[in-house]
Amino acid sequence: MTKKLKKFDTKVQHLKYKVLREVAREAWADHLLEGVYEIPKRIVPNKEATMRCCVYKERAILQERIRLAMGQGEEENVIQVIDIACDECPVSGYDVTEVCRGCLAHRCEDACKFDAISFDKNLKAHIDKTKCVNCGACAKVCPYTAIVNRKRPCENACKVKAIQMGENKAAQIDDEKCISCGACVYQCPFGAIVDRSYILQVIDLIKKSENNKKYKVYAVAAPSIAGQFTYAKLGQVITAMEQLGFYHVVEAALGADMVAFHEAKELTEQENSFMTSSCCPAFVNYVEKSFPELLPYVSSQLSPMAAIAKYMKEKEPDCKIVFVGPCTAKKMEFKKDSVSPYIDSVITFEELQALFDSKDIDLTELEEGVLDNASYYGRIFARSGGLADAVGQALKEQGLEDFPCNPVSCDGIEACRVALLKAKKGVLPNNFIEGMACVGGCIGGAGCLTHEEKNKKDVDKYGQEAMEKTMTDALSVLK
Amino acid sequence: MKVTICIGSSCHLKGSRQVIERLQALVTENGVADSVELGGAFCMKNCVNGVSVSVDGQIHSVKPDTVDEFFDTEILAKVK
Repeated sequence: MTKKLKKFDTKVQHLKYKVLREVAREAWADHLLEGVYEIPKRIVPNKEATMRCCVYKERAILQERIRLAMGQGEEENVIQVIDIACDECPVSGYDVTEVCRGCLAHRCEDACKFDAISFDKNLKAHIDKTKCVNCGACAKVCPYTAIVNRKRPCENACKVKAIQMGENKAAQIDDEKCISCGACVYQCPFGAIVDRSYILQVIDLIKKSENNKKYKVYAVAAPSIAGQFTYAKLGQVITAMEQLGFYHVVEAALGADMVAFHEAKELTEQENSFMTSSCCPAFVNYVEKSFPELLPYVSSQLSPMAAIAKYMKEKEPDCKIVFVGPCTAKKMEFKKDSVSPYIDSVITFEELQALFDSKDIDLTELEEGVLDNASYYGRIFARSGGLADAVGQALKEQGLEDFPCNPVSCDGIEACRVALLKAKKGVLPNNFIEGMACVGGCIGGAGCLTHEEKNKKDVDKYGQEAMEKTMTDALSVLK
Repeated sequence: MKVTICIGSSCHLKGSRQVIERLQALVTENGVADSVELGGAFCMKNCVNGVSVSVDGQIHSVKPDTVDEFFDTEILAKVK
């Protein structure tokens, strides 16, 4: 059991994984309709509760997890709150804690512009909630860091401010603002926010292909896959994907090579010489929802996932393509009219792990397969700064190096917002925004198994291992 | 005639690109571009014997240094 835990950062991920794995097991065995009722008992077999107040609540929450793991629900957004799993974390805003020493300086009082701070007879500070606006000025100046902001982890994670407390005190997502980046999914300590899964779609695609005889099922793997399955080699992951039932695995990074190549050209052709990237679906959605006036400046290129899949479907129209990546927003992107003809389904690395184990595939026992389609530049798209590097290189390879490309790489919505605000006001010194919704780029995606510092190094190393050193060479086979 | 070159990972590592580039050149040089349609495919499940090249459905193993010979016997001889 401890070995399994090492696959994930948190126990919440592990719980979600167990549900996905069990749902998948039943589906492979054509036993889901009956088996679905047995899953909660299998995951919580004892009479003593280990997670919630009682096993009955635990099982009730598991039923909801199973529903989402099965892809059920009519709501358009793939990010859903499980109301009964939400612990309704107290939200009090700024509070003075026990750490307050009742000092003499009272910097907090001076810092507060709203006269919200008073002191008791022990000189300890108190905040008048009717006056406080949660600006945080008092917390910044307290020498004991005795003032803290009690904010819900989900609200804190959501940089587009789409999460609020609903009437029943459970977290509520505003779909008008939500960009489905999944930050809240990863951050909620109770696992109350979940991304709907399409593993059943994928299992169905694989089964009905009858061992890839009726049609072929390809997996397009995102470059952030390097460094995800830390207990095995990448080649073993590829072999495992083929054992799972995929006909062949193709690098999404080759799509990234295509995108960067064309995006560079497109940038030089912009009338006022300003453009943003279009690779990250959550970033594009953010522009759509919060900066609609900047939409004309978003590159017209498809995402790498869609670009490579389009090429593949043109060659082989009846094949099926599943994207495997770190991203929950891709689960929204593949339903867009511009992408749905190319991509049949999307799963995350978390879900891929669950699928492996649902078939008891032990990666460490497998021979190493190979994965090599893209160039170094396509591969480093997975981390912040990679896309901008690739666009610079693409300019060079097309003899456009005289074009003054001055990119800014923004990872995380906060960084994207700053750049977009400047662009809106016409004061951005850069002519290209690389916009990635997740901090660190795709390697920070909510569907990643691990979120560690070393992931960036893993991606760079994987990039250097690519046989093709230029995009031109990598792309030449596609002509 | 339909000639498909495997561009899956394994064949790519064994030189698909060089095979494609050479075939493209040979097709043009010999003036058979109208009768030979070159294309790519991801994996023909013949990875061990790559680079796999299929000619009207039949799979051949080609290496970057055997392309010329392969072109003469399997393509040029058959379209002329």
